[in-house]
Parts: sequence; structure tokens; C-alpha cells
Amino acid sequence: MSPPDALLHAVDRPNSWIGRARPREQAKRHAAGGGRFLDDLEPPRCLHAAFLRSPHAHARLLALDVTAAASQPGVFRVLVGADLDPVMTPWVGVLAHFKGLKSAPQYPLARGRAVFQGEPVAMVLAASRRAAEDALPHIHAEWEPLPVLTDPEESLAAPPIHAELGDNLAFTRTAETGDLQAAFARAHAVVESGFETARHTGVTLEPRGVLAHWDPAEERLTVHHGTQAPHMMKEIFVRHLGLAEEQVRVICPDVGGSYGVKIHTYQDEMACVAAARLLARPVKFVADRLESFQSDIHAREHRVHARMAVDADGRILAMDVEDLTGIGPYSVYPRTSAVEGNQVVNLSGGWYTMDAYRCRLRVAFTNKPPTCQYRAVGQPVAIALTEGLADLAARAVRLDPAEFRRRNLMPDGEYPAKAPSGVPLEGLSHQRALERLLEIMDYPALRRRQAEARAAGRHLGIGIASFIEVTNPSAMFYGVGGAPISAQDGCTVRLEPGGSATVASSLTEQGQGAEAVLAQVTADALGLDPARVRVVTGDTERTPYGGGTWASRGTGIGGEACLRAARGLSENIRALAGAVLQADPATLDLRDGAVVDAATGTGRMTLAEVGRLGYMRGDLLPPGVQPELSVTRHFQTRQYPFAFANGAQGCLLELDPETGWTSLLKHWVVEDCGTLVNPLLVDEQIRGGVVQGIGAALFEECLYDADGNLLNGTMADYLVPMAVEMPDIEVAHLCTPTAESALGAKGAGEAGTAAAPAAVMNALNDALAHFGARLTTMPFTPQRVLAALDAAGATAR
Amino acid sequence: MSGAVEIALTVNGEAVRRAVDPRLHLVDFLRSELGLTGSHLGCEHGVCGACTVRLDGETVRGCLVLAVQADGAAVETIEGLAADPAWDDLRAAFVARNALQCGYCTPGMLASAAELLAAGGVPTRDAIRDHLSGNYCRCTGYHAIVDAVESVARARAGAPAA
Ligand code: FES
Ligand code: FES
Repeated sequence: MSPPDALLHAVDRPNSWIGRARPREQAKRHAAGGGRFLDDLEPPRCLHAAFLRSPHAHARLLALDVTAAASQPGVFRVLVGADLDPVMTPWVGVLAHFKGLKSAPQYPLARGRAVFQGEPVAMVLAASRRAAEDALPHIHAEWEPLPVLTDPEESLAAPPIHAELGDNLAFTRTAETGDLQAAFARAHAVVESGFETARHTGVTLEPRGVLAHWDPAEERLTVHHGTQAPHMMKEIFVRHLGLAEEQVRVICPDVGGSYGVKIHTYQDEMACVAAARLLARPVKFVADRLESFQSDIHAREHRVHARMAVDADGRILAMDVEDLTGIGPYSVYPRTSAVEGNQVVNLSGGWYTMDAYRCRLRVAFTNKPPTCQYRAVGQPVAIALTEGLADLAARAVRLDPAEFRRRNLMPDGEYPAKAPSGVPLEGLSHQRALERLLEIMDYPALRRRQAEARAAGRHLGIGIASFIEVTNPSAMFYGVGGAPISAQDGCTVRLEPGGSATVASSLTEQGQGAEAVLAQVTADALGLDPARVRVVTGDTERTPYGGGTWASRGTGIGGEACLRAARGLSENIRALAGAVLQADPATLDLRDGAVVDAATGTGRMTLAEVGRLGYMRGDLLPPGVQPELSVTRHFQTRQYPFAFANGAQGCLLELDPETGWTSLLKHWVVEDCGTLVNPLLVDEQIRGGVVQGIGAALFEECLYDADGNLLNGTMADYLVPMAVEMPDIEVAHLCTPTAESALGAKGAGEAGTAAAPAAVMNALNDALAHFGARLTTMPFTPQRVLAALDAAGATAR
Repeated sequence: MSGAVEIALTVNGEAVRRAVDPRLHLVDFLRSELGLTGSHLGCEHGVCGACTVRLDGETVRGCLVLAVQADGAAVETIEGLAADPAWDDLRAAFVARNALQCGYCTPGMLASAAELLAAGGVPTRDAIRDHLSGNYCRCTGYHAIVDAVESVARARAGAPAA
């Protein structure tokens, strides 16, 4: 067993692969232009879909006439909402464990009324996407605009968007622990602040897409779908097309980024699947960029007011948080749009010790596109408000932000513990993560550099943010509420007759490296070179059942299922070899593609010999021996609702008070995600996540006017981080494995995105403090920085 | 197809002759007419760089050039770059450094990186970042891409690794 702090898992064992930084086999294909993405697939007789989308955020559809469009060249059919009724039922995005969560039925195409701009209304199916688009202007639609709600606060007081729901409060929840009043009453200081995270979106470079095909002879539906969760999508198609599960197969091609975008039920995609069923022709749809901005899930748009009470020693006594979020007109199916706010309730303050805590969440319907789970779900909000308050409180008691955290972070070694909200925590390393962060930042030297720069008239800001990250969710996350979402994963590992291995897993791959991780885990257990392990994912018919890749669960859950399967296969291989060699299997090990004597390392037979004996030469086996050279195992966590990862981030930036421009100079991350299977891939997950978090902090916002019109629907107008604006990002690790699995891995996919906005915000406010200015409304655009400086009268200084 | 225009060009060294719709973009032409699906579409506005290809030796946005404009030209795509041993080091560096995740930006990113490297010398990290800023990557955070390009430039210049 590896010592608790070892980054490498059993690495001293011969040919161990767990813990090795290793490039991905799959990357070679992409680097050679060999990726096969959804839009690269084009079956014979394929129809291409284009959608008429509502130009209004809220409007009654008075008339809809598609006859002229239907006779345009190349057009096969134009479908409206009622046309799909015979084949598809509507869906409602609620889950039983979110008590009181409500939403309205959603149809593939709007019925009589559109409730957000971009909602699909009619669908042209033509021989090419060009022909389908050309026909769109020939659809005659007459609209009567209705009152538009874009502000969540106003929406709560306004008439309901869906009359049958009574009001626009989709969900509310309050968590309260300890005696809040008493804690605030005895405070030495109370700090409070508003925080706003902007509505933004995932911007996968490859837009969403689907290709559905109904085979009328076999009565089977095959859907190629760029999705993170093919088994979930299969069940959704089964439910809403009224099919039997054996009639539906979902296959994932290469997926060009997802980050939570491609895991939801979208009206346009459902319409394509329904149309394929109706017309018995392949139907393909790939969103263009405007459609992506208008209809991909959005996220965040949280408006927070929060207070923190501290004693004279700078110890946190209590936190009190109000969170309001606008989710659009529907809660998204099937994961719901209550989860992001719920995470804010569960996680705020979750790494600090305090006596009392309260958080109230209100989730409001509005007439903007639906929001749902995007990378780091709620965590950027929870971390920004907590770490923003921590810096304010530190200032109030005249402590350096690092020292303030030292005094308040949960002590290492006192786990299991509970977050202030009551959420259980298995084992974390906040204190060590902070110290390690200060070390890699060389924090004292940075503070000196800052002072010197200031003397020279330059304004550096240093920010730090501690955090927890939700990973490895159990069935308590979704399954308990009745969603067709599996918290377990399955994996089959098979020895091939030539001594290689084939793995089939319910995980999916969008570039994170799930397949590489599975290959390494298998290679480790079988003593094989990972290059000799082929991995199959993303096909409901060819992989075991399981959840897929989301919520930073791939390595922790799917990796553990794989480890168990591969170890089971190792046992079977050794049993077979033992029977043939007349050796005790316990004295045998698998190394370098061979069965060896464990004590001496002497080769006894190769895996190819085992394979050939097992599959072809039963005649040579002792009586009664039945080789079992495929093993399937499943795994889900049971003890804790989540395996939290933890860490700390640091940001160094320079503020130009003349232009309001913020230049990022360096970013640091310390992450404790337990066992690292492949540190190279983990580091890049973290770096990529950090840059998405920086995007949220500095650039990204879906801008809407008061009528609910999207103002920045192109990549030229909606800014995502470019290479030149991004800093180098240094990553360091601690290792506190979860005890719930043999592998000990937690997730790392969302840590970067979760805490980077808080670190950037604190660094910016560190620089702004010199001018008496402060900013907590993301993104921190130059305009906002200048306005904050103006408001503080900074020009006078 | 009404109003189709005949064009003749070489693509990855191969002579190609087709009748195309005048409004067809070069990248759509490469993808749908020639099956060269390594070039991708991310924005169709000339912003993201996913469609970057070489036209007579210059990198261009395949979504901003019409197929008819490529008449008589030599076009090189990722499929050509992949077959050219001169760029083996660059592709290998991207793989070794895990400078790609989903791979959707990668063909365009490689084309732009190749353009920078072809200019010779060892560019600074800032210069690399600057040069690649017309190629969006949503997955990697760019750090690994900069590392990969830097390592190739150093190796080509015989300079020690950073
Ligand atoms: S698709 Fe051409 S630049 Fe984005
Ligand atoms: S690797 Fe996914 S966009 Fe660059």
C-alpha cells in the first residue's frame, strides 16, 4: 500500500502504470486530422434540419404557415409542433428530491407560444443544410409579443410565465445550522457584500449535434449523439418516443468539447429524433454558432448578498447567504435547473469552521434560455462569495488573507467532518494545500514585488482562494430523485488471444482522457503495456450500463470499476495459468505481458499463451477448468454522497487604472484529488478548467436587452479567453485518496473552473484596494473596472 | 446545381476539378466535396480558427474564403500536414505534451503553429501566445500548446529545452 502522501500509486511494483504521466494514444488520431465528429457522419438519404426559432423572448404564435417553405428546392418536409405529437411526448424537468421544484411541459417545437428567444418553432428537413436554411424565410409566422421577464427579482413579483404553475418561483431552499442570530450578535466585525456571476455558456468549439435514424424494418432507433451520457439519453428517447429499451441505441462519435453542455435534453435534438422516427429517414442537425449561443444551456446568473461574522481574533463565527438565480422559462430535463443553486446552498463556506450558517436560495423563471449544469455547477458562485467575504473579513481584522485562511480553514486530520451546510466531508487537506500554494507562489516574495511595483506606480494584485470540489457523486445526486441517471459505472476487461486487452466502459470521452485512464488502470492490473489495451466507450450496445462522464466522476467511479474488472481478470488468468503450470495462483504475478513467478520474476508463460490456451486449446487444459477471460465489474460510491476534492488557487495580475485592463501574470493551483492515475492529464484538466474560470471572471457574459434579445450571439462579440490573454498556470498536487475505492481517485475536472473566478476577483480587489475601489460583479470588464475606480473617486488620487 | 462554377486546384498535392456553388466556402468544399473532414467549423465568422488551412502557402480561414477563390490555387489541409514528415515533430510534441483534449481545434491550431515555426528561430512564449490567438481552444487553457510549440522551436534551433 502506498503511503498516504505518495503521488504515485504502488509505483514501485514492477510495470506499474497508475501514477505515470503518459500521453494519450487517442491524441495521435486528432493530431493527424483523424477525428470523427458528428458533422463528419453522412449516411445515405440523410435529411438535414434547420429550425425556425422564435425572434421574441415571449410571444404568442398567432399564425404559422409552412406551405411555401415546403415547396422550396431540396426541401423534403417542414414540420411544426403538432406534427410530432404522434411520436413524441413532452417532458418536465423536475426531480422528487428537490421538494417543491416545478416546471412546465416542454415540447420539441414550441406550441402556440415561445418563451425564450431562439426556441425552435418549426423544422425544415432538406437534402442539405443549405437548402433547409434557404427555405426558412419562406415560413410565415405571425407573432404577438407578450411581456418579457429578464430580471429574476422582477420575475418573482410578476404574473407567471406558465399560468398553471401559479408563480415564477421554480424552487427555493434554505439550509440553516447553528444559532445564526447569536453568532452575529457576538461578532467583533461583520462584513457583507453583493456578488454577481454573469449568465454565460459553455461555447464548445464543436457545436451540439445529433444524427438519428429509424430503421422501419427492424423497428430500431439509432442515434449518433455528441453526448456525455449515452445511457441516459437512450432512456430519454425510450420514454418520450414510447419505445422499448431494446429498440434504441445511442452512439457517441468524437465529441468536440462538452463541459456539461452536451448532457441535456434539447428541443431541437429531440425534434430531430422524433422526425427520424416519423419519416423513417436519417435526420441530422448540427447547431451553428448563433444557435449555440441561443439554445445551448446557459449557466450562473446568480445574484448573491452575503454576510460573514468574525471575532476579534479573525475567526469566522457565521455566514449568512441569500442567492437568487434566473434559470429561464423551464427547468432543464432531466437533471433540472435547481442543482446549481442547490450547490451554492450546500457548498458555501464549506472549507471553513464556523458556528452557524444559513443560506437561502430562490430560483426564478425568466424569459432567457434555460440554464443548467455547466462545468463546476454552482461552485464558482459558492467559492467566489465565500472567498470574497474571507478577504473582506481579513481586512476588517487587519490580517493578511493567507493568515486569515490559516486560522479558519478546517484542520487537516480531523475528518470525517461536515461542511457548515451539513454536507459530509470524507478527508481533506486544506491547511497543507494553503501552505503548499504559498510556497509555490513564493507568497512573501510576491508581496515584496507588489510593494516595489507600487512604489514604481504599477498596480499588482495578489489573490488566493481555497476551495472544495464536488466529485464522484453517489445516487443521492440524481438517481434518488427519479432521474434516469446512473451513479454507477460498469467495465468489461477482456484478454484477447494474442495477449492484448480490450476494455469496454460506460464512461465517455470528450478529450479529458477517460480512455487513456482506463487503459492505464487495466495495464497496471494486467502487467501490460497500455499501448496493448484497446478501449471502447460511447455505445449503449457495446459497453456496460453506466452514468458516463460528468461531475468529475470518470476516473473515480469508472476507473474503479475498471480496476476491479482488471483485477478480476488477473485472478482468472493466474488461476488458469496455475492450473496449467501446476502452481499456486497466489505465487504468480502478471508483468510485462507474461505470467511470472511473483517471488523471482521468472517468466512462466506469456499472456498470448494464456489467451491461446484459453480460447483455442481447451484440449490441453486440466479437466473441469473453464477459462473466464472476460470480467465485468461495476462500482458506485455508497458511503458519502460525494468524494470532495480540495485545493487552493493563487492569481497574480496587473491592473492598468488608465484603461481598466487586467493582465494576468501567473496562476497557481494546488489540487488534492487523491490518487492520480495520469498526472499529465490531470494537470491539463486543471489548466483548461482554470482558463474557463478566468473566462467567467474577465470576459464571458450572454448579454440580453430588456426585451430578452441576445446582444452578442457571435464569437466576435461573446469573448472567450484567447492564448495571448492567458497566463502560465503552475499546478502542484497533494494526495488524500478516498477510502471508498481501491483506486482512491477523486475527480479533478472542475476544480480549475470552480475556484479561478474567486482567485482572480480577490487579486483584482487587492489591486483596486489601493484606490479604495472594489468590484464583485463578474465579468470584470475594463468598463466595470473603470466605473469602480470612478465611483471610488480614484481619479483624484 | 444551378449556376455551378467549374474550379481546378490542387489539394494536398492532388489535382482536383469540381463544379461548385459560387457561395460554397472553401472549408465546406473540402469537407463535403472531398471528404477532408479534418478541417472543422467553429464559428463561420473567421474568429475561432478551427477551419484554418493553407492556401498557396498562406494560412487562411477556410470559412472566409470561397471555394471559387481557390481556383488554380494549392490548398493544404491537416490531412496533408499529417502526411508530411516535415511536421512529424510538431504533431509528436502536441501528443507528448497533451496539447489537445477534444481535438476539435487541433487541425487549425497545428496549421497556425506550423506557420510560426516555418518563420524559424525560437519565439518567446508571449510571441507564441500572440501568434496563436486567432485559434481558440476551449479545452486546454493554451499552456500545453505553448509548451509544445516552444519545444519544437527549441529542438529545431538546436537550443536546450526550457
Ligand atoms: S470556423 Fe472559420 S474561423 Fe471559426
Ligand atoms: S482541444 Fe478541445 S477545443 Fe482545443
